[in-house]
Amino acid sequence: MPLLNLNEPGKEVLFMGNEAIARGALEAGVQVATAYPGNPSSEIIASLAGVAPEQGMYVEWSVNEKVALEIAAAAACSNMNALVAMKQNGLNVASDFLLNLNLTGIRGALVMVVADDPSGISSTNEEDSRIYAKLADIPLLEPSTFQEAKEMTLHAFDLSRRIGNVVMIRSVTRISHARGNVVLGPLPAVLPAPHFDTSKPFCPMPSSASHPVLHRRFSEAEEILHDSAFNFYEGPDNPELIVITCGAGWFFAKEAIELLRLEAKTGILKIGTTWPLPKELLLKTLKKTERVLFLEEVDPVLENNVASQYAFHNRQLPAIEFMGKNSGHIPSTGELSPELVLRVLSKISGAPLPHQDEEHAARAKEALANYAPSRSLAFCAGCPHRSSLWAIKKALVLDGRDAVLFGDIGCYSLGIFSTGFFQLKTLHAMGSGTGMACGFGKFADVGVTQPSLAVCGDSTFFHSVVPGLINAVHSGSHFLLIVLDNNATAMTGFQPHPGSPVNAMGSPAVAIPIEDVCRAIGMETTIRDPFDLEETSRTIYELIQERSGPKALVLRHECALVSARKSKPRYKLRVDPEKCIGENCGCDRLCTRVFKCPGLIWDKASAKSKIDEAICAGCGVCADICPARAIIREEA
Amino acid sequence: MLKDPYNIIIAGVGGQGNVLGSQLIGAILVEQKYKVTIGETYGASQRGGSVMSHVRISRVRQYGPLIPPGAADLIIALEPSEAARVLAHYGNSDTVAVVNTRPVYSIDVTSGSVAYPDMDELLQKIRGLAGRTFFLDATEKALKMGNPILANIVMLGAVSCGGMLPITESNLGKAICEILSENKVGINLQAFAAGRELTEFAIKEEISGRNFL
Repeated sequence: MPLLNLNEPGKEVLFMGNEAIARGALEAGVQVATAYPGNPSSEIIASLAGVAPEQGMYVEWSVNEKVALEIAAAAACSNMNALVAMKQNGLNVASDFLLNLNLTGIRGALVMVVADDPSGISSTNEEDSRIYAKLADIPLLEPSTFQEAKEMTLHAFDLSRRIGNVVMIRSVTRISHARGNVVLGPLPAVLPAPHFDTSKPFCPMPSSASHPVLHRRFSEAEEILHDSAFNFYEGPDNPELIVITCGAGWFFAKEAIELLRLEAKTGILKIGTTWPLPKELLLKTLKKTERVLFLEEVDPVLENNVASQYAFHNRQLPAIEFMGKNSGHIPSTGELSPELVLRVLSKISGAPLPHQDEEHAARAKEALANYAPSRSLAFCAGCPHRSSLWAIKKALVLDGRDAVLFGDIGCYSLGIFSTGFFQLKTLHAMGSGTGMACGFGKFADVGVTQPSLAVCGDSTFFHSVVPGLINAVHSGSHFLLIVLDNNATAMTGFQPHPGSPVNAMGSPAVAIPIEDVCRAIGMETTIRDPFDLEETSRTIYELIQERSGPKALVLRHECALVSARKSKPRYKLRVDPEKCIGENCGCDRLCTRVFKCPGLIWDKASAKSKIDEAICAGCGVCADICPARAIIREEA
Repeated sequence: MLKDPYNIIIAGVGGQGNVLGSQLIGAILVEQKYKVTIGETYGASQRGGSVMSHVRISRVRQYGPLIPPGAADLIIALEPSEAARVLAHYGNSDTVAVVNTRPVYSIDVTSGSVAYPDMDELLQKIRGLAGRTFFLDATEKALKMGNPILANIVMLGAVSCGGMLPITESNLGKAICEILSENKVGINLQAFAAGRELTEFAIKEEISGRNFL
């Protein structure tokens, strides 16, 4: 029973930040919602997809973020309410379209939610997407609570329709992937009638005409937002210090001020409409104090914008000491935390930190040093990527020409670490491995002798690998693309993609086989099951021997987590202690030291390998790894 | 309530059902009109890393998604070395720790690059970092019931004893029905009862009179 589209105004529920955003969209009457999955944004569209048939809306996992924005824009140019969601990296992909769409504007509503990932908890970078709002001259809203995430989304639709342009909401991991109370509002009974008015085309040219219109729309947003309830000052009239904060920083600031008992001398200016800034409120608040501390994630965006307003209005304002990322009071990278905010506020104000238990601290230090062993990330038990990379490693060692394996974004990114036997040599952006391999495979002409290979996932293949392949065929580059096809966008929660027979809403969809795409552009294409290590390895070796244009190898095996949801494990594994030769194994514990599936553990007492029955996924691949044939695989 | 906000951490390893545990506690308490905030760290969670869910419960206001250092009131550890790690950062001399004693070895441990601590010593260290500790082999119980993932619900059964958290069969069943599905209720309630059984006596003895509400 989904709570998301419950029409019970006033009911209080526990929502993830992303669900709160989805609920806000429903309360605003969203008609079309699109995204390419990426954490921490994925659940916005995933949750809307779950209620789409009931709500009569169209929800899509698009092939990439640019197409997602284009589909949402088609709706918003036809009088509809549209939402597009993405993670920070996704906005880079969508930005080419965004920076023209902003010039034409829309006739409907388009809310673009970007969930940033400060500290890169589930990302390769911690890019601050807010810069784009400034670049595109579109309004930017940043929620600080779960309730506000819902209210802001609702409001953003109204704002977008009123100014006729895209409105951006920027969330962060600690809002999107956190949960809290949300009071439901009513769901609308009537939605805007869809119609594309063909008498009024959308054209950004000439920019001498469209650019001033963009600025006029932005000024309208400024006018509408200048007294927004998303911005407020809380605190004494003449505080010693004002904390200016937005997003998750507000939670940390509020609690740290309470814990340090600084309420009587410290105020908080909470900004929800970070661009354009609420100038009147800002200037009025700056008059109250001589010290300001900025708390925001990740770049000093709010900080620099406030400093700029201060510079323009300095004649009306006192001398103010600004503290934040520019001054070095706050680290220039990484997310905020209660600990960091407490420490900084304590230092600035002179208020002592809450009671520290010295004895506990000493014991804690010892526990961390000796009783909390490190946990490197690892492919799951039974993950086909482990087998694929094992087979790749064997083939490349045998080949002996120091081949280069280019990689990119997906679960298989871990192939750059020990769990993937350090096989990946590059890791940048979606599809970048293929583009780089295409280049490297062409450099034989300029003296490169190392073979070129790339890996990509099935979802990444559709997202942005295809143009690189076309480039490779056209340019006659010699490289092998290995598609690690596990039949899911596994890293972000198993969303379907164009290779899947279903769409986001669970309806049947046309599945596009990866091999058909490769063959259609003239690539020799082979398919193997990576669990057949021997055959996979031999195939890779053979495919890289001959220099005859780009080739594709699809290594197809379903994600172990998806399989585990559908069926029982295939095999029951055990280690025969008579056969396991422990440390004397020719390869020095090949199974646990090198292959390192988490389902295989080392039993110190007997000095033999052992299966951890709580972890083992029953794939049976380790039975083929063991040189002593001590791992016994029986049909379960 | 003993303390407002009441701060809980569920600690474990990716794949142990940590997030579900926090979601169930949260749903049950919001139904009881508490303000609940949950901060979760995942993304890499299915892939062998340490996972923590911070659950903050208050009658007063919505707290932030992360607990300040040293401020955990209850730690539910699905793995013993994770109990040590989390208690070191967030524990204090009043923290109650309920710990599943079944280790999950990281690939650093299985490969021999780091050692997993001796279990008796580890449990001793955990005792030293908390006010009260309760140990149970929840995974063993869950395996006997046919699925190791049930260990998280066994642990919820454990913390429901002695009134540490107002979780009952009926409100848990309702939350499971909402978050998972109706056909998962039966097996999960069995796991819950098993956790209660394992812990009931010890916890009643230990914290008599210290009620959550």
